Amino acid sequence: MCLGVPGNIVSIEGDLADVNFGGVIRRVSLMLCNDVKIGDYVLVHVGFAIQRLEKEDALETLRLFEEIEKAHHAST
Amino acid sequence: MKGKNILLAHGAGGKLSHDIVREVFLPFLENQFLSPLDDSAVLPIERSRLAFTTDAYVVKPLFFPGGDIGRLSICGTVNDLAMVGARPLGISASFILEEGFPVEDLKRLLSSIKNAALEAEVKVVTGDTKVVEHGATEGLFISTSGVGIIPEGVDMKSSRASPGDIIIINGSIGDHEIGVLLARGEFSLKGQIKSDCAPLSNLVQKMLKECPDIHVMRDPTRGGLGTVLWEIANASDVGVIVDEEKIIVSEGVKGVCDLLGFDPYYLANEGKLVAFVPQKYAERILEVMKADPLGKDSVIIGRVVGENRRKVLLKTNIGGHRLLEPLSSVQFPRIC
Amino acid sequence: MHQRNSSYKADVTTAIIREISRLANRPFRFMEVCGTHTVSIFRSGIRSLLPKEIELVSGPGCPVCVTPVGEIDRAISMAALKDVTLLTFGDLMKVPGTYSSLSDERAKGKDIRVITSPLDALEVAIREPDRRIVFFGVGFETTSPAIAASVKEAKARRISNFYLLSCQRLIPPAMKTLLSSGNTKIDGFILPGHVSVIIGKRPYSFISDRFSLTGVITGFEALDILEGIYMLLRQHKEGRSDIEVQYKRAVKQEGNTLALKIMEEVFKPVSARWRGLGIIPESGMALREGFNRMDATAAFDIPYEDKPDPPGCLCGEILQGIKLPRECSLFGTRCVPQDPVGPCMVSSEGSCAAFYRYGG
Repeated sequence: MCLGVPGNIVSIEGDLADVNFGGVIRRVSLMLCNDVKIGDYVLVHVGFAIQRLEKEDALETLRLFEEIEKAHHAST
Repeated sequence: MKGKNILLAHGAGGKLSHDIVREVFLPFLENQFLSPLDDSAVLPIERSRLAFTTDAYVVKPLFFPGGDIGRLSICGTVNDLAMVGARPLGISASFILEEGFPVEDLKRLLSSIKNAALEAEVKVVTGDTKVVEHGATEGLFISTSGVGIIPEGVDMKSSRASPGDIIIINGSIGDHEIGVLLARGEFSLKGQIKSDCAPLSNLVQKMLKECPDIHVMRDPTRGGLGTVLWEIANASDVGVIVDEEKIIVSEGVKGVCDLLGFDPYYLANEGKLVAFVPQKYAERILEVMKADPLGKDSVIIGRVVGENRRKVLLKTNIGGHRLLEPLSSVQFPRIC
Repeated sequence: MHQRNSSYKADVTTAIIREISRLANRPFRFMEVCGTHTVSIFRSGIRSLLPKEIELVSGPGCPVCVTPVGEIDRAISMAALKDVTLLTFGDLMKVPGTYSSLSDERAKGKDIRVITSPLDALEVAIREPDRRIVFFGVGFETTSPAIAASVKEAKARRISNFYLLSCQRLIPPAMKTLLSSGNTKIDGFILPGHVSVIIGKRPYSFISDRFSLTGVITGFEALDILEGIYMLLRQHKEGRSDIEVQYKRAVKQEGNTLALKIMEEVFKPVSARWRGLGIIPESGMALREGFNRMDATAAFDIPYEDKPDPPGCLCGEILQGIKLPRECSLFGTRCVPQDPVGPCMVSSEGSCAAFYRYGG
């Protein structure tokens, strides 16, 4: 539980935002997550933004695996 | 089949649709032409073979990006004929109109029908009209039949898939069902995704000219790609392997699927075909398809094998695999 | 958002699987608490790549699975009232009650509709003032703040025909009950990423402090889950039992404090019945006094009746990770996705449905 989908905010009106998911826009409530601005990525669940996501790809540790794999290939 | 009443799920194209046809309709109606349950029946006439199909169109809303119920009624019927290799000869169209339906809208739909028929090189040769009281149909329903002639040497049916066959699809999946869903304005979603609604008969004739011995062709309408692949694997008693990496899902369709929890493999398409082609012809057929406007995104998505019979194995994006079952009933939007 | 080409994913997967295989020097059994993890694991094909030493079992984090039969029956009874419109999430539509399901009742003409946000229920209530709109609210801590915000909004806008039938649950109490029973033999937890977005890390500390088990708060992409499993194994190798966060891009240590505040303003924790787990104290959510005009259980004279689970159904034990789906005598024969007996087979989220599709 549960489905949370990242989308980016294209407009804000009061505590509602239009959030873009691959070209499809959903009206999203900012009642639970109001420290956001246009351009921010938010995680959306049941029509509410529940978290602002860092734009920086936080999958840093996966880059470590990518390097391990490249090193493995290089040495075999 | 359990239960005493018809459910929406019986019309969804998945396992329950399968069940109701087999368990309720066939016992009354079965015969050697109906029972294979292919997209069209094949009837011998003199020295030739006639393909004969019927369909009903109840889509809401009536007008959507990429088409309307009129265009859909021609394309759907023509495609059922095309899937058994027939050149469409004629279509009948019955209109059940709701009292109060605007004549302007009817003219728009008839214009779409005219254009679709021209594209498909087929004529609407007979028809009927009924009017029912307001509230009975929400605009109109269209019921069609289609006939076509199957060229000699062509024999496409669900039971002909064979180990070694290559599986090709002519483009992305999910566009029709998501396009219509968005056009209904449900779930606070806004966006324009075009239905892929198109008549495939010309593309199919080009493919058959290159290789008359294509084994199977099916259009993944209700129930989607997953259901069709499973039906073919079972009708032919073979295994099917498809590669998730190769299957195209547009950004917008993916976005809606993520938001609603839908699996794109079970969404309806109205301008797509899946072809099971003998291995030695695969590359040439792919080229022929890519040269056609309705096939420019054609891609090989998998193959038929002798193992794991009656099962469809999907190789996933991370290199694992899972089974693709047929759609069991209706996909409801999920939150979890 | 994450632009990754296929060779990157395949490379990283290969590297993680190799590390996992290296660390899996004995059988390990991890519980993925969350139904959404069950679906992701199934759809991504992770099981086909994991070494056989790693066993994944599904836990009680599937709101469909833990909703008692009696709750479905009660919702159906409310929908049977002529002026009632029952709104719910799609997840609940196919769950079997004692005699019927919401989906079947809709087929018979009851006004039951699927929505994807609790705010939609308010819109319906405003548009249809002659109807009594009952929102059958289900979900865990991910969903309760959204329902709470909607209830607040309903009160502020004086929407008098909106009611909430709350079937919401809390995860940590269920996990405590599971572990305290001693029946569940697991080594660690794949903790629910989106519940944790709301509640943060602290509520899970009992897992390591009291029970010395490992836990990793994990995201839902295939690579997230693989990394989460790797982190669990690494803890075992290093002899640690901690709660770690894999899903760093979304989960903060303190959770979403605004969401928690709103949830606490509207709801109070109460005892609740879980299918298979029985009654767990402080594991359900009920409206506080200031909002209880909207409580459907008070407004409608339809009491909750405890109903037995279907005979032979092992959902309860499966939810606790005690039994696997294939150990249920009904699995795959009498109980299949298109005709489910118990909730674990309904939709793709339950363990049994996932096993059925995976195992064939």
